[in-house]
Amino acid sequence: MQDFGHAFVLAFDLVFSADADLIEIVGLSLRVSLTAVAISCAIGLPIGALLAMARFPGRGAVLVLVNALMGLPPVVVGLLVYLMLSNAGPLGWLELLYTPTAMIVAQAILVTPIVAALSREVLEQLHEEYDEQFRSLCLSPRAAVAALLWDARYSLLTVALAGFGRAVAEVGAVIIVGGNIAHLTRVMTTAIALETSKGDLALALALGVVLVTIALSVNAAVMGLRASASRMAYG
Amino acid sequence: MPLQARGLVYEVRGMRLVDGIDLEVASPGVTVVMGPNGAGKSLLLRLLHGLLVPTAGEVRWNGRVFDEAARRRQALVFQRPVLLRRSVLANLEFVLRLVPGAGRDEALQWLEHVGLAAMAERPARRLSGGEQQRLAMARALALRPEVLLMDEPTASLDPASVVAIETLVNEARDEGTKILFVTHDVGQARRLADDVVFLHRGRLAEHTPADAFFERAVSPEARDYLAGRLVL
Repeated sequence: MQDFGHAFVLAFDLVFSADADLIEIVGLSLRVSLTAVAISCAIGLPIGALLAMARFPGRGAVLVLVNALMGLPPVVVGLLVYLMLSNAGPLGWLELLYTPTAMIVAQAILVTPIVAALSREVLEQLHEEYDEQFRSLCLSPRAAVAALLWDARYSLLTVALAGFGRAVAEVGAVIIVGGNIAHLTRVMTTAIALETSKGDLALALALGVVLVTIALSVNAAVMGLRASASRMAYG
Repeated sequence: MPLQARGLVYEVRGMRLVDGIDLEVASPGVTVVMGPNGAGKSLLLRLLHGLLVPTAGEVRWNGRVFDEAARRRQALVFQRPVLLRRSVLANLEFVLRLVPGAGRDEALQWLEHVGLAAMAERPARRLSGGEQQRLAMARALALRPEVLLMDEPTASLDPASVVAIETLVNEARDEGTKILFVTHDVGQARRLADDVVFLHRGRLAEHTPADAFFERAVSPEARDYLAGRLVL
């Protein structure tokens, strides 16, 4: 028990003294996950918009697939990206394995289905509401999509935050493709896993505190956004 | 401008909801489309606006087949206004982008015209029902349509809002906009109509000048309806 108490004290000391290793790890985590979410939005939002507005044979099956992909196990994604990027793999020549870029790729694969599936739901509702009016105005498909994305901005921001929450908290994919190399690919979750197994509970706890704080802040931001959007009737 | 329907039929799963309507809308003024619920009033409006594709028959605009260019010459005000999740002013600016040379000044003028200038920055969906419909009306008028189609725009509004909408309709008519106004309110039809189209079970029961219609309607269904008897 005393060890735990001591670890807590050390952990808070690390946080409040802005320990260099800690800052580096947190910074890389944020950089990797935020970049992955940005890429996921760039790919996932157009897919979501297309699925929301277009009617084509096999759409139902695609919806089931995209929804199912939301539950992709991170370790499996990590394994697949590893196989692609390893020296023997088809993309081995890129020499990306054990780099932050590989981690971004893996997290983007995890988050893109989340962004696509959740944004599809949001945009489909809005599309049903606006469709007749937009057709009455003879709006071009491009203008209609732009208007839908803009009017759904609050909901879509919460979609992006949900994706970020998933990315920043997962460990399975980044540990396989990143390798948890100090000062290179070590992020919060992989560091927690390593330090805990090494018995260095202080750093693990300190990172845990930061991670939980980030997760709570993201959720608070989502709720704040929803509240202000519904106050304006923009949600 | 003449808008013509020839043998319009609209079916959903074998149910004939609009049944062989021939109609010519050529005269200026307000044409009121009346009839009991389910008579096909809203469907007719959507067919004339090209939002629905007829099962048979056709809509013509100036003698030509109805197309997107024709739809741009019309505007439709829905029973429940569809407003963007933006400010009142932004809702107007959104449609004014479709009008060459129009901008913010014109948007403000239209808000002034419908009495919403003081609410320009308010979220549109926070307006009352009557204010929302006035905004929808401003948005439709801003497109400067030759024909303005209105689908029971005052169905769930308070009397003051009904007066406001009817005043706007009359002003638009006086400025030369042709108006097709769907209502099942006989009093409103009397106030607005220059001529009346009466629908019953998807068929055109009659199309008569307003004076004649209210004095002595030709079709028994319209006579029953005007007398306040239940018409099914």
